[in-house]
Amino acid sequence: MGSLKEITTTDDESGFMATQVNELMNWGRKNSLWPMPLGLSCCGIELMAMIGPKFDIARFGAEAARFSPRQCDVMIVAGTLTWKMAEAARTIYDQMPDPKWVIAMGVCSSSGGMYDSYAVVQGVDSILPVDIYVPGCPPRPDALIDAIMKLQRKIERENPLKRVLEGPTDLDESGTGIFAKAPNMEVKTNRYGTYMDDSGMKDDHSTARAKEES
Amino acid sequence: MTASEHVLGLGWDDVSAVEERDGMPTLQVAPQRLRELLEILKRDLGFEIAILVTAVDHSPKAPRFELVQQFLSIQNNERLRLRCPLEGDNPSASSCIDLWPGAAYMERECWDMFGIQFDGHKNLRRLLMPEAYGHHPLRKEFPHQGIEPDRLYREWERSRIERAAEREGQEGVNS
Ligand code: SF4
Repeated sequence: MGSLKEITTTDDESGFMATQVNELMNWGRKNSLWPMPLGLSCCGIELMAMIGPKFDIARFGAEAARFSPRQCDVMIVAGTLTWKMAEAARTIYDQMPDPKWVIAMGVCSSSGGMYDSYAVVQGVDSILPVDIYVPGCPPRPDALIDAIMKLQRKIERENPLKRVLEGPTDLDESGTGIFAKAPNMEVKTNRYGTYMDDSGMKDDHSTARAKEES
Repeated sequence: MTASEHVLGLGWDDVSAVEERDGMPTLQVAPQRLRELLEILKRDLGFEIAILVTAVDHSPKAPRFELVQQFLSIQNNERLRLRCPLEGDNPSASSCIDLWPGAAYMERECWDMFGIQFDGHKNLRRLLMPEAYGHHPLRKEFPHQGIEPDRLYREWERSRIERAAEREGQEGVNS
């Protein structure tokens, strides 16, 4: 049996222990997502509805909305992000401890939406690495719950141990590029198109497999 | 006697009544007379509230800008609108915040959006756009998608990354 590093960084079947630990970590992470409610405008109301008792996001373990970025896992950008606010949003994102995810809620944060103007960021993906886009103006709370579930499915396929052992990935250096890039994410520069489809997402295993094949 | 009749009765040749809109009497006034007229409105005619200070960009017509001010008198149940044409691309007008302190924000917004200076305003900073923005968005020549809208953010981002790199470098020295 090799070192812990060896068994965890080789792929799926060979690293039995690694997959078990990964699974445990992912299970814990995905079921205790604490949202950072960045409610910037009208979408914030739907976000509150989602957290409230009627739609009850507590069923998915994500009801503990914290207003301190230090205690959050997933940032929900709910509303129109202006360039003046962008610095604050990025600072909040930087202050969130790793691992962290971002949901762009509504067309405003996904693409700028109808505000094709000098004041509005045309898609928060130009300043933050977005994991899930939710279309709608505003999206119903159900759509946002769907986004949380999609995010959970995405988290399931992550490989946290690898990151622990291999040190910083491009996520940690995300501040250096215009498009901060999460390890599992393909950056799509769609200015107007929004999608909530996970076909574009790659997990670590499929990336490794693609490398082997090529 | 209404306020506009009173003002017209003063016999100034640079103040004239213009077309009335929305039932609000409107006076056109030359910039050099504006200050005097404002003092009369406040002191003699009982206009307690400045409802609106804004501007219109008439370019390419000259004079390019027109300052629009609206006032309300509660005691006389009266409203009055002033229109003041301003010459030039970077015009200035006299501020009215010593008479109506509530107009301070509106004048700041007017400066921010149109680039109209208000003489006598103590704190004429931008209200909505970032201080270093450098453009006045409601001017006609300003494109609606903006001129480098992300410039200030990118500058901030660069300085943030530099600071982070510096910090890392220092830590490296210490350890
Ligand atoms: S997407 Fe629609 S509801 Fe949401 S913030 Fe934008 S305008 Fe408001």
